[in-house]
Amino acid sequence: MSRVHVTCTINGDPVEFLCDGGQTLLDALRDEVGLTGAKEGCGTGDCGTCSVVMDGRLLCSCLVLAAEAEGSIVSTVEGMADGDDLHPLQQCFLEGAALQCGICTPGFLIAAKALLDRNPDPTETEVRYGLAGNLCRCTGYDKIVRSVMDAAKKINAGTGDHH
Amino acid sequence: MRYASPTTVAEAVDLLGSEPQARVYAGATDLIPQIRSGRPEPTVMVDLKHIARLCAIADSETSFTVGAAAPTADVCAHAGLVVAFPGLVEASSLIGSDQIQNRSSWGGNLANASPAADTPPSLVANHARVVIAGPGGERTVGVEEVAIGPGQTSMSPGEFIVEFELDRPPARTADAYLRMTPRTEMDIAVVGAAARVTLDAEGRVTEATITLGAVAPTVVRAADAETALVGNEPADDVLDRVEAAASAVADPIDDKRGTVAYRRKVAGVLARRAVVIAAQRAAEPQRGRGGQQ
Amino acid sequence: MTITEPKPSYKYVGTRLVRPDGLEKVTGRARFAADLNIAGQLHAVVVRSPHAHARIVSIDTSAAEAMPGVKSVITGDDFPAVDSSHRQYDMCVNVIARDKVFYEGHAVAAVAAATLKQAQAAAAAVKVDYEVLPAVLTIDEALADNAPVLHSHMLTRGAEPPAEAASNVAAVTRFSGGNIEAGFAEADIVIEREFSTKPVHQGYIEPHACVADTGQDGYATIWCSSQGHFNVRSSTATLLGWETTRIKVMPAEIGGGFGGKTTIYLEPLAVALSSQAGRPVKMVMTRSEVFRATGPSPSTKIRVKLGAKKDGTLIAGDAYLVYSNGAYAGAGGMLGAMTVFESYNIANFGVEALDVVMNTARSAAYRAPAAPLTAFATETVLDEIAEKLGIEAMELRLKNAVTEGDLSTMGFPLARIGFVECLEAIRSHPHFNAPLAPNQGRGLAAGYWFNIGESSSATVNLNEDGTATVVTGSPDIGGSRASMALMAAEELGIDPHDIRPVVGDTEAVGFTDVTEGSRATFATGMAVVQACRNMVVELRGRAAKMMEVEVDDINWVDGHAVYVGNGDSASGSSGDSAAKESLSLAAIARKAKRTGGPLTATGSLEAHGAGPAFAVHLCDVEVDPGTGVVRIVRYTAAQDAGTAIHPSYVEGQIQGGVAQGVGWALNEEYIYAPDGVMENPGFLDYRVPVASDLPMIDAVIVEVPNPAHPYGVRGVGEAGIVPPIPAVANAIHSATGCRIRDLPMSPVRVLEAITAGGASANGS
Repeated sequence: MSRVHVTCTINGDPVEFLCDGGQTLLDALRDEVGLTGAKEGCGTGDCGTCSVVMDGRLLCSCLVLAAEAEGSIVSTVEGMADGDDLHPLQQCFLEGAALQCGICTPGFLIAAKALLDRNPDPTETEVRYGLAGNLCRCTGYDKIVRSVMDAAKKINAGTGDHH
Repeated sequence: MRYASPTTVAEAVDLLGSEPQARVYAGATDLIPQIRSGRPEPTVMVDLKHIARLCAIADSETSFTVGAAAPTADVCAHAGLVVAFPGLVEASSLIGSDQIQNRSSWGGNLANASPAADTPPSLVANHARVVIAGPGGERTVGVEEVAIGPGQTSMSPGEFIVEFELDRPPARTADAYLRMTPRTEMDIAVVGAAARVTLDAEGRVTEATITLGAVAPTVVRAADAETALVGNEPADDVLDRVEAAASAVADPIDDKRGTVAYRRKVAGVLARRAVVIAAQRAAEPQRGRGGQQ
Repeated sequence: MTITEPKPSYKYVGTRLVRPDGLEKVTGRARFAADLNIAGQLHAVVVRSPHAHARIVSIDTSAAEAMPGVKSVITGDDFPAVDSSHRQYDMCVNVIARDKVFYEGHAVAAVAAATLKQAQAAAAAVKVDYEVLPAVLTIDEALADNAPVLHSHMLTRGAEPPAEAASNVAAVTRFSGGNIEAGFAEADIVIEREFSTKPVHQGYIEPHACVADTGQDGYATIWCSSQGHFNVRSSTATLLGWETTRIKVMPAEIGGGFGGKTTIYLEPLAVALSSQAGRPVKMVMTRSEVFRATGPSPSTKIRVKLGAKKDGTLIAGDAYLVYSNGAYAGAGGMLGAMTVFESYNIANFGVEALDVVMNTARSAAYRAPAAPLTAFATETVLDEIAEKLGIEAMELRLKNAVTEGDLSTMGFPLARIGFVECLEAIRSHPHFNAPLAPNQGRGLAAGYWFNIGESSSATVNLNEDGTATVVTGSPDIGGSRASMALMAAEELGIDPHDIRPVVGDTEAVGFTDVTEGSRATFATGMAVVQACRNMVVELRGRAAKMMEVEVDDINWVDGHAVYVGNGDSASGSSGDSAAKESLSLAAIARKAKRTGGPLTATGSLEAHGAGPAFAVHLCDVEVDPGTGVVRIVRYTAAQDAGTAIHPSYVEGQIQGGVAQGVGWALNEEYIYAPDGVMENPGFLDYRVPVASDLPMIDAVIVEVPNPAHPYGVRGVGEAGIVPPIPAVANAIHSATGCRIRDLPMSPVRVLEAITAGGASANGS
């Protein structure tokens, strides 16, 4: 079976990889590209741990075929920080203790960034519904929601200016 | 398994004609898990999202055309649809998380033929039509004619949904959709109910469509509930009859998500509530002149 | 925060340090088990039973072995025989079935191949011939007279007279005190209720995963995520019949466990496959496998009867608990017996608990195992007594709450505990008297967990620049590295940022038991403190050498060796005497080569005196009377942490426990088809709470220090999941008048109860 050649941009870098026609973007990121920040928690789009942004759209990469990434721009958690300069969401998650085991953290960060890009000043309810596609089993969501709202404030105040 | 991304409807039709084991998809939110769980793999995955017509949302003086693969996130962000069909937009927004919203589509939701799908009850309530392409060209049918049973559609091999057509609603008309799920999000409807009502100047219902999801193999139209409503203001005694009629027409099953008794009762409760919301919306002053822009 | 007792002021303990492992986790670089790949690795999958109960007639692996890419195929025959009298028999035959399978999903074979797809294809080609046996799927079926017996060797432990015939009852546990008949005779009110619950899963987001590599020399290395890598080592060695030294386990970051990763599933299979293939082998479970083949909580049937005097004094209690631990014997019933009446003084009580087996996945620990279910029973019966006596639920609990010196169910006197303080913290919280909207109700419930100690080890290495590495053997599941750094900083008197807390592999640190029983910060914390104190002794000795004074004249103060000889150290200021007065840790570390060599110290101990943890929760719900849907609208949780070493992660443990408990209360359950196949092995139909299902959870930390710990720590990981189920149940009653005694309290069940006019399915 011949493999599909995919050329795309991941976290700002040009990337080429080969994948099977039926391989998911998640598996390609992890196994072909070597980016393991996105995790597989369920493989059915129900936990959000594999969240990435492709061409401006927040997606579960476990439900996307890798071949679809041809010519696309993909962002993963590995590209959120600017060198040593953390994104305000990352900083607020650290300071706000929004992670315990940390397995869901990359997915939450990506989803939260997509949420704030769309809605820079969300209410608590909007944050909760906006992040409903990401499961966390450790925190009860409390500190995650607070940290996202803190990051929004930081960004809006210009103190967390980033990219 | 190969991957193909045709850019025209004709190209996709040809591909499906030459590869009987090919599968079309838009979001693949159900297809990829099915394949991974061991269902037979298609030979070719045909990605419809590179066909512009399938992703477009267009409106005119009289109607809307929504591509079968247009992400529901785009549907929900379309100002015209939000005003004209608030209930249908609500139904669209309920399909999964933000992540899923960027992949799910009316076409996928309908072609999957899940009895619990959220948008078909609202699409039926709004008398939507679908354009289906296939080896014999294109044909247009009512949305209610597509799903014929769980996982089964009336489409022939090689056919796929291209787009949906919806007429702009008349004056003093609005819809609503409600579903019951144990969780607030990330869930499958245990019962869904859509209602669309048209009021006269006095607030009486002149036309009504009430549909139910997840209570039968396909979307059920609650004709007796509609009859109970038409000609009346949606007062409590009328709504009691709507609720009873909706419950009576529900023909659900017991499964892991709910019981027959529960679904039947809640079908009535949600139908009633959906009618109330639709009627409130229909009475909003800005709907007085109908959906014409 | 409520601080109920004066406590020493600490410089670092109690601060909110940014967790040392945080940066790796927010940048996606932390390595969890499935993130590891080793050159040359194979991928392996498990062949699982499609039947809930069957005899394995034969397994034919020849077709699978002949398939492309396949490098090794193993079955139970590839492991040493294990006798049913073996201490770890259940674990051994659960990891891979021998002659029988006991649940759908039970492992019967495993296949390793060059690619995952090849392994999957080959697994499908393994031919297993089963003789299907009748399956036992409910507690009633398991206890029926004519029930199929799962294990022909299983004689009921604790039976009187001793059991002579095998049955599905693994054990009977009995506790009693006082005179139960006389107690109930004295009671003015007696309420007896029955409860039932289903298995639920811990629902950690990271599926089980490991990589194993057996070398040419027969020594194996395992990389995996677990709650205890020393346990992975010993269990794997047991299953393979190897000496312990042949296995080294490297702890990966762990993506949640909650008790579910205290046992093992994949590692011995991966080692065996690797040994056979001569290549590293990677195994990762799917979510469906996690649900079907790892350990959910037990299911239960519980009957609780309580008698009280008119004034609310509890006078008699009787409990009959049946816990099904799934396919093999477990301790659910015994743990239930230890918790059912523990929170209250009940002079006359009797508890009988059965542990039974049936054809469902072998249960594993889940956060305060067994206790949420006994609390469900006791706390809702208490609520009913309060209602019928016209006493406030809070007052009834305050009146009967155990305090220091009261006897526990098992007969020992309780040390200083903070139950009453937790009740008072809730009573004085604004939530307690906040108004409720229509269709809303408020529920109060308490919970108890005893916490445990066990073995822990720690090593402290001081580096030449004055920084320190603290190595422990406790996998960090909720922030324990941060706690270790804070306690070590406090002891050594250096900034916690100068301390690197790490989880050492099985060859890098002394034996340490599993992270369970809320023991890591307590017991491993004690080992860290012991190691640090040993280090301080050493540092004082080195300083004495450097200052040329007696070691007894040196005190350790705020990271410095301070000379206190001649009683004038504080005032000295000139020349030599200044050099004699004080030496920093860094200064001593720099000169280590000249004063005796490397500075290293260890602490290894069996921790005693784990402090019982109490939690009191207040929950507001809103019930949709038309659909039975229950939404949590407000939640406040008070818990005695002893001392909160890192308050953020104490709050996090409480909040996480509440979320899991709410899920358990409302929607989570294993649903089995009539043939024993799980119908909902995914996160769509196994409904854990999502962010929009919950409000903020106000965590109130109560600090009544545990006298047995140098910083007063009590474990905090578990007590928080105990009260939510009864708190939600009592709130639903407050909102609807309905008492629901069967879990989950799903919309279907709530609407049934409302429709029936307040009567629960099993009577009111």
